[in-house]
Amino acid sequence: MRELTCIGCPLGCSLRVFEEDGNLRVEGNTCPRGETYAKNEVLCPKRTVTSTVAIRGGAVSRLSVRTQTDIPKDKIAACMEEIKRVCVHAPAAIGDVILPDVAGTGVALIATKNVPKA
Amino acid sequence: MKIHDLIVIGGGPAGLAAAVSARRAGVQDILILERDHVLGGILNQCIHNGFGLHTFKEELTGPEYAARFIAQVKEENIPYRLGATVISISKEKLVTYVSREEGLVQVQAKALILAMGCRERPRGALNIPGSRPAGIFSAGTAQRLMNIEGYQVGKEVVILGSGDIGLIMARRMTLEGAKVKVVAELMPYSGGLKRNIVQCLDDFGIPLKLSHTVVEIHGKERLTGVTLARVDENRRPIAGTEEYYACDTLLLSVGLLPENELTRALDVTMSRVTNGPEVDDRLQTDCEGVFACGNVLHVHDLVDYVSEEAALAGKNAAAYVLSQPAAGRTVDITADNGVRYTVPQKLDPEHMADAVTVRFRVADVYRDRYICVYCNGERIRRIKKRVLAPGEMEQVILKKSELKEPLQSIRICTEVE
Repeated sequence: MRELTCIGCPLGCSLRVFEEDGNLRVEGNTCPRGETYAKNEVLCPKRTVTSTVAIRGGAVSRLSVRTQTDIPKDKIAACMEEIKRVCVHAPAAIGDVILPDVAGTGVALIATKNVPKA
Repeated sequence: MKIHDLIVIGGGPAGLAAAVSARRAGVQDILILERDHVLGGILNQCIHNGFGLHTFKEELTGPEYAARFIAQVKEENIPYRLGATVISISKEKLVTYVSREEGLVQVQAKALILAMGCRERPRGALNIPGSRPAGIFSAGTAQRLMNIEGYQVGKEVVILGSGDIGLIMARRMTLEGAKVKVVAELMPYSGGLKRNIVQCLDDFGIPLKLSHTVVEIHGKERLTGVTLARVDENRRPIAGTEEYYACDTLLLSVGLLPENELTRALDVTMSRVTNGPEVDDRLQTDCEGVFACGNVLHVHDLVDYVSEEAALAGKNAAAYVLSQPAAGRTVDITADNGVRYTVPQKLDPEHMADAVTVRFRVADVYRDRYICVYCNGERIRRIKKRVLAPGEMEQVILKKSELKEPLQSIRICTEVE
């Protein structure tokens, strides 16, 4: 059994997820969104990772980045390790691909800020 | 001296949206004054996602959200000055600013939009005893140091206050390798959004201690630790509940204050609850032709609502510049029984738009309550709410057609049954 707090709306239902004969049963939700959320969280929780990478030759020294879509939660640490090693050169524009496949997820790491050359 | 139809003070999310909206409503001569060296305001350091779900129907980071509005300002060719700090404004709408390139400049506006945003409540406002070592930051300062300037800020962290910036920084510092030991919140409920509690604390196993505060700061040169204690219902520390946490960094996320130093010179009515000016349904202050929007008016939790509110201020400022629209008697909107305040605080029943959005916050966490609207003492709206929390802004939309004539009073409150 796993306990979760639903983030579908401000209500924040306390959810309990039970595994029974290979099926998931959700308790404590007050709407269908709670059930969907709980099942996703148990089967394959995903998050968008945002951070910064070093940038040289720009007006600022950090370039903000994010994963293009959400990635499995258990890949977050590996993703951060790769982000730490990156250094790019200005200019950079929103949407620029910084890493094509971060931590073997098949998801790209993209720039979220426009940094012109200094 | 130069005269402009409209001057917007602040180039953050509110100022940008207001300027674009005023231009699209027909104002040619607009000037945005921004004290930083880039447009976008606080969004530049908010590199996390979750912005724009209402406005753009997609989840953006802060810099991406800002870039969309900056692009609109540039498409509309709206002039702006960077590094321009406004030092005073007058009732006559005379604006004085200083900048490195221009020195001291005075410009005259026909209409003004106040979009100066807010700032964080500092340590000095908290009365925490102890020495003053390095390592104590407001959460937003730490966010700037980390996300813009690239400093690590700290390794072992305690966070006081569960405001959204503090929660976001708990995750951010954890991802960057710091150990966030605990988040302490004075109140019995969190001040932040639910999804931030789940995604920033629960995801990383960071404990949230409600009804706790910092009672002592340890360390001389650099912070070495803090003592937390539980507080009673009057928010007084309970003796014997003290716990020591070794840490080199304390982040404060204990509230935001609208930045209204400039506004005070206008001598307009200020709200003691929001710390912003009181406005009518056009978002106009007591000083005719001066409008306000965004966090300088009242602190928002979603930037999408800031943009929406600012667009309304821009549109109304444009109407003021272009046609000097008729104004009539206003009726106060009273907030009580669990509703702390409303924005706007009053409306002009004769000239109001067909629908007016009234935003507000509640005083405590409530379950299974109704939000009710009374008009001339008669209840005209009753909206069931499963849960209401001070950290989440609420709104009701008043329709001109449903308001009684002649309108004497409007009251917004919560009711149990």
